[in-house]
Amino acid sequence: MTDTAQSGPVLAADGRPLKASLNRALRRQKMRAMLLIAPLLFFILITFVVPIGQMLFRSVENQIVSDTLPRTTQMLGDWDASTGAAPDTPVFAALTKDLMVAVEKKQHTRLGSRLNYETTGVSSLFRKTGRKVDDMGEGYTDQFVDLDPKWEDPVFWADLMADPAASALPMTQDAYAAFADTIISEDGDDPREEQPWHTVYLSLYQDLSAGADVGSLPAEVATAQTAAVTFQTEDLIAAFADIDEDWLSVDTWQTIQTYSPAFTNGYFLNAVDRQKTPDGSEWRPEDQQIYLTLFVRTMIMSLTITFSCILLGYPVAWLLANLPMRQANLLMILVLLPFWTSLLVRTSAWKVLLQQQGVINEIVVWLGLVADDNRLALINNATGTVIAMTHILLPFMILPLYSVMKTIPPSYLRAAKSLGATNWTAFWRVYFPQSVPGIGAGSILVFILSIGYYITPEIVGGTKGVFISNRIAYHISSSLNWGLAAALGAILLVVVLLLYWAYDRIVGIDNVKLGG
Amino acid sequence: MTNTQNDAAFVEFERVQKSYDGENLVVKDLNLAMPKGEFLTMLGPSGSGKTTCLMMLAGFETATHGEIRLDGVSINHIPPHKRGIGMVFQNYALFPHMTVAENLSFPLEVRKIGKSDREEKVMRALGMVQMQDFAGRRPTQLSGGQQQRIALARALVFEPELVLMDEPLGALDKQLRETLQFEITNLAHELGITVVYVTHDQTEALTMSDRVAVFDDGRIQQLAPPDELYEAPQNSFVAQFIGENNTLEGVVQEIKGNTCIVKLDSGDIIDAIPVNVSAVGDRTKVSIRPERVEFDKNRLQDGAHTLKAEVLEFIYMGDIFRTRLRVAGTDDFVIKSRNAPDQTRLTPGQQIEIGWLAEDCRALDA
Repeated sequence: MTDTAQSGPVLAADGRPLKASLNRALRRQKMRAMLLIAPLLFFILITFVVPIGQMLFRSVENQIVSDTLPRTTQMLGDWDASTGAAPDTPVFAALTKDLMVAVEKKQHTRLGSRLNYETTGVSSLFRKTGRKVDDMGEGYTDQFVDLDPKWEDPVFWADLMADPAASALPMTQDAYAAFADTIISEDGDDPREEQPWHTVYLSLYQDLSAGADVGSLPAEVATAQTAAVTFQTEDLIAAFADIDEDWLSVDTWQTIQTYSPAFTNGYFLNAVDRQKTPDGSEWRPEDQQIYLTLFVRTMIMSLTITFSCILLGYPVAWLLANLPMRQANLLMILVLLPFWTSLLVRTSAWKVLLQQQGVINEIVVWLGLVADDNRLALINNATGTVIAMTHILLPFMILPLYSVMKTIPPSYLRAAKSLGATNWTAFWRVYFPQSVPGIGAGSILVFILSIGYYITPEIVGGTKGVFISNRIAYHISSSLNWGLAAALGAILLVVVLLLYWAYDRIVGIDNVKLGG
Repeated sequence: MTNTQNDAAFVEFERVQKSYDGENLVVKDLNLAMPKGEFLTMLGPSGSGKTTCLMMLAGFETATHGEIRLDGVSINHIPPHKRGIGMVFQNYALFPHMTVAENLSFPLEVRKIGKSDREEKVMRALGMVQMQDFAGRRPTQLSGGQQQRIALARALVFEPELVLMDEPLGALDKQLRETLQFEITNLAHELGITVVYVTHDQTEALTMSDRVAVFDDGRIQQLAPPDELYEAPQNSFVAQFIGENNTLEGVVQEIKGNTCIVKLDSGDIIDAIPVNVSAVGDRTKVSIRPERVEFDKNRLQDGAHTLKAEVLEFIYMGDIFRTRLRVAGTDDFVIKSRNAPDQTRLTPGQQIEIGWLAEDCRALDA
């Protein structure tokens, strides 16, 4: 080392730096090694990293609101919820146009369910409104057509909107474009053959009454502008309120406004029992708080399970490592036997054993340890989950412990005893510290497995013994609130990583051995 | 040092037997008495029962029959940690999760010795093996020789009177082994401790011990100081096992006081001293050390019997010449001669006559 420092980099025989030469020589080997692992790498990328990444992305992604209600969310930007009043007519007009498109594209129910996670009732509100929205603005259509039947002609509309000067009517253009797009993509029709929706007439009315400069457009438009002043206005707010009073409620609008950005921390706030408000967040009402309790319960129960596994598994692993070969093999088969049985069968077996009229209760009652009318509640609660999960995860503790214990030569214990240590001191001071890496590996395995366990708590956990993963599964498969499920999952992931980091700091990850 | 047994025996095996499976005896009727301060080596091939004996003495195995006494007290039922015997293991058995100093202070801690005393004793023990500078290291950071020194220091730190060593130098290279052999014997004699040393390396046994017990088949075949063991083996196993040895087989033809005449299977007649043959007509294995064979007629006694030999191979080994001969029907008869200026170098194919002093040739059991 020292002479390289003195004479510069070491050179290979051909005069090139030795390092470069070595790299070149090893490149082929590395490439071949890469090729060997490439299939697995791709497999993991495609089936693991990408889906999980996408899933986690859902925990913050919230484009559905601004995608479905682009005009409304834009208009709502200026609305101030603290006034305590629902927004003005232009917002309702924008909502009408957005809903018209959404209904045609059948997106309003999805948006309804999305917002229903935040405020109950929104889902049915959207569904109800969706059925009636195509009538809104009909008054304007009638008045334009009465003025000049040309306004009924699809071709006239198409030509008008194709006119470069139509940019003077921005809202109309926007509404017509939305109409044309939807007609083409949803119905496969030609906009030149279909009369525009009422929302297009509504927009035209809005543009004209806003005083658009229509000088370079066909004369019909100017005529309409003059006549529009006398048009009878349609009360959109009343129309919406007529469908459902909730449209006048500040809460409804507040929900839409709060969730209009493309990304939200709402799911994460929900996942920790908080809710989003216009100015930050607040705790959910007491009776709606469940997730923090579940997280804490998951942690405590996982720790209990891990600890039980250590207690039960350590002696077994010790026996495995120290019995003669024949007996050790038999014992090993017994340890592995559960792996050969279906998880469901094992869990259901616990149900049979632990229930009130089950084997264990019958025995303790028969023995007179508990009264017949005071049977132990061993299942459908946390006790049941801990018992069943300890049993199911025990092999994951025993195997790493065994493989570490196998490498501890018996001569250490003998040496300790020859040095004057009693059996206990020899075990505690000499054997146990050397088996700690096995305990570490086993605990990490068991803890991480149990923190994400789902089937067993679902079957034997009742309400008091379920984990956060059961809630995640519920949101994935029943409530379809994938964003919240993703947020809960992401929090769980972070917690596990934090624990792992803490473990590394306290025990040291080098101190984890799965064998040898 | 001593081969007399008038001192009261410090370690004593009396009619000790050991069986693991209830069918075979690993140790058969072992009787052994060691005075205080003796360095005794148990030497033997693997499976000869020597390690079992050591383990019984340490308390890790229980004797199936018989009594083991330490300083006059039966220790059969005393657990290992109360025997106060120091032990050095084959693979050192240094606790990997403790530093060198912690390893050494472990036996003192379990004896509830105060902290300052402990530190002093640890440093003194490390001083004995010249390892003071390594107190803070972990065993895995030490070389094999260093680990062995620490293991030795750990076995000595609580000042036991008896130290057992189970092939402690087996994993070291030759040079280091020789240095440590020397250090261990010196230390043992300086401290006046009694040592039972187990090895299968006969050189180690010969150079280190006051007495050597040669084990085979669960018995002590011979218990004697090294020189006696080499020069006067009591049976053919010991003769074969210790040093290089030429064996010729035959029948005792005549016994005259302390010499006898043996007729080899090839028909040749040789002189020998009878060691464990008792009657004419007994089959015997005659043992003769390679360096005691003479091929210069002038050095032989008048009337000594000689054998015809053909030189098969001549190996130059630096300090000695090793010559393989065909003698009396065997091809592996070896003679060794010192590389001196006047020494004859034999050439393969040469026909010579060899002989020896009758007292160098021992007629042993067949």
